[in-house]
Amino acid sequence: MELIPSILFLQSILAATWRMATPILYAAVGEVFSEKAGVINIGLEGVMLIGAFSAYSVAFESGSLWLGLLAAILAGILSGLIFAFFTITIKANQIVVGAAFNMIGMGITGFLYRSMYAVSAVPLGLKTFQSVEIPFLSSIPFFGEVLFKHNIMVYGTLLVVPLATFVLYKTAFGLSIRAVGEHPKAADTVGVNVFRMRYLSVMIGTALAAVGGAFLVLAYADQFVEGVVSGRGFIALAVVVFGRWKPWGAFWSSLLFGIFYALQLRIQTMPDVNIPYQFLQALPYLATLLVLVGFNKRRVQAPKTLGVPYK
Amino acid sequence: MDFGSIKKRLLKFSRSAWTPFAAIPIALGIGAIVLLIAGYNPLQAYTAMWQGAFKDRTAITEVLIKATPLIFIGAGLAVAFRCSIWNIGAEGQFYAGAVAATAVGIYLGDLPRFLLVPLVLIAGASSGALWGMLAAFLKNRFGANEVVTTIMLNYIAIFITGWLVTGPMIETEGLFAQTAKISQNAWLWRFLPPTRLHTGFILALVLAVVLYIIIFKTSLGYTIRAVGINPDAARYAGINVKRKVLLAMAISGGAAGLGGAVEVSAISYRLYQLISPGYGFDGIAVSLLVNNNPLGVIFSGILFGALRSGAEVMQMNAKVPSVLVFLIQGLVVLSVVAFGVYSYVSKEKEE
Repeated sequence: MELIPSILFLQSILAATWRMATPILYAAVGEVFSEKAGVINIGLEGVMLIGAFSAYSVAFESGSLWLGLLAAILAGILSGLIFAFFTITIKANQIVVGAAFNMIGMGITGFLYRSMYAVSAVPLGLKTFQSVEIPFLSSIPFFGEVLFKHNIMVYGTLLVVPLATFVLYKTAFGLSIRAVGEHPKAADTVGVNVFRMRYLSVMIGTALAAVGGAFLVLAYADQFVEGVVSGRGFIALAVVVFGRWKPWGAFWSSLLFGIFYALQLRIQTMPDVNIPYQFLQALPYLATLLVLVGFNKRRVQAPKTLGVPYK
Repeated sequence: MDFGSIKKRLLKFSRSAWTPFAAIPIALGIGAIVLLIAGYNPLQAYTAMWQGAFKDRTAITEVLIKATPLIFIGAGLAVAFRCSIWNIGAEGQFYAGAVAATAVGIYLGDLPRFLLVPLVLIAGASSGALWGMLAAFLKNRFGANEVVTTIMLNYIAIFITGWLVTGPMIETEGLFAQTAKISQNAWLWRFLPPTRLHTGFILALVLAVVLYIIIFKTSLGYTIRAVGINPDAARYAGINVKRKVLLAMAISGGAAGLGGAVEVSAISYRLYQLISPGYGFDGIAVSLLVNNNPLGVIFSGILFGALRSGAEVMQMNAKVPSVLVFLIQGLVVLSVVAFGVYSYVSKEKEE
């Protein structure tokens, strides 16, 4: 490849990377909270679907993207409350409840979508969040395109990740969350309410997962379609592991997945490349597998009581 | 055995046996509320569903046909779940089986029937088993969480299938994204014409019984369950935990792969992109509903087959989207959980 085209190619890939990473990142940062407190939620995929559908229907009916986002957060919190009730209060197996959540998310969003919108003849697109070009910075060659021409929900990750890091590592609340994931008994002894901490962590997790789902309809595609999340919830679970249960770790590792998504999309549009598109589509999933295989020392960092109910 | 423990066991048995019967009305009840909110008449929807499933002999055999892949998958998953291996990858293992079975059924189509039918089934089962064992290997060797790996392997299997049916294996005449028909010598016997009921259903019943015996009546099954209850204790007792994990995934994947082979050789006669409408995910609920008992899977498989078959008729006659069954299935699992049968079994972290 010539120099100029390859720089343009790189620029287009990297510009899409952050955007493609965003939905996974929101879900993964949320899941960091949940897992730090000792609760693994494999129902992220279902919660993201619920977030996407709530955001879409409310934004569509009200005409406000922000109301849509708010609706997704509320739906996420409600999902988290139910998930927490089953896994923390009833102490049911977290994997089983998560699997049920995925079915429910797929069923309820698919059902409501088909009964409310699929029959419509008029186009049902939203006017999505548009790119905000940062003055001056966006005109820097290469970097302007890659870093400073994104929509507000992409920039939002730069707020959420440091905030999550601060809450988890610099506040008493964060210390309690980590304590109930590592040594719930000890935390209990010193007066931390283990149940309350786990409920809150799970709900933070599902609220952020729902935001990730909402991104897909408010700031990426302009419509809800069934299965719009297409495995991103599961990839977020892998991102948490790869990011070593840290918000910044999740940030970098979801960018890595973003590259695979961006690459896959970009190569599909190149006329002279004869790789079957199914192989390209499989790329992010294959990458997830390889990443899990490459990080076998992860157990050292996993919260000690991950998956184990308290008392 | 004293009276107290007998009473306890009876209580436990009745609780686990009756849970599904209580869970289903609850799930259908919540489903009815959702139907009402969306502006449907639940009674009408459920009536259409019931009629769709049980109206006449043909309808009932269609339920059993729908139940067949669910019983294969569910019975296999029961083994994995008893070992506390959370195999979410039955969908991919089903596809792996269907692909291998189709390949054998097409490319070795000249073989006589008594050879080809078993070969097709064996190819399907081994292909599914290998796809499942891949996840077990990644878990054993690299500590990769099987929930994530099996789901990734689902996507990969489905994409590979998509590639095969649009590329290397696409039918030579016709323009559809599907393979040619497999040789007639590979077809399973439909023994109750004019219905489509086939010997694969009988095979599913046999497999469920065999897996029940293995899990609950043999020492091998005992060790698999021991690993599921507490891997550390099992290891101290001298059980090779990794080997049991590999075996459980082989059985589970093999059963799902066999289900895929049967679907090809008895129903579709060819491979196409959407050969499974999510059987692998239904199978999870099928197994969980009966507390991962392969014998119980026969019951829950037929129940879910009826839900699916009925939902299709409901969609046609009452215009209610059939995707509702996913919601009902998820609610069934949650209701079962709420009854506490699925309460937590000790699973301390390894190391």
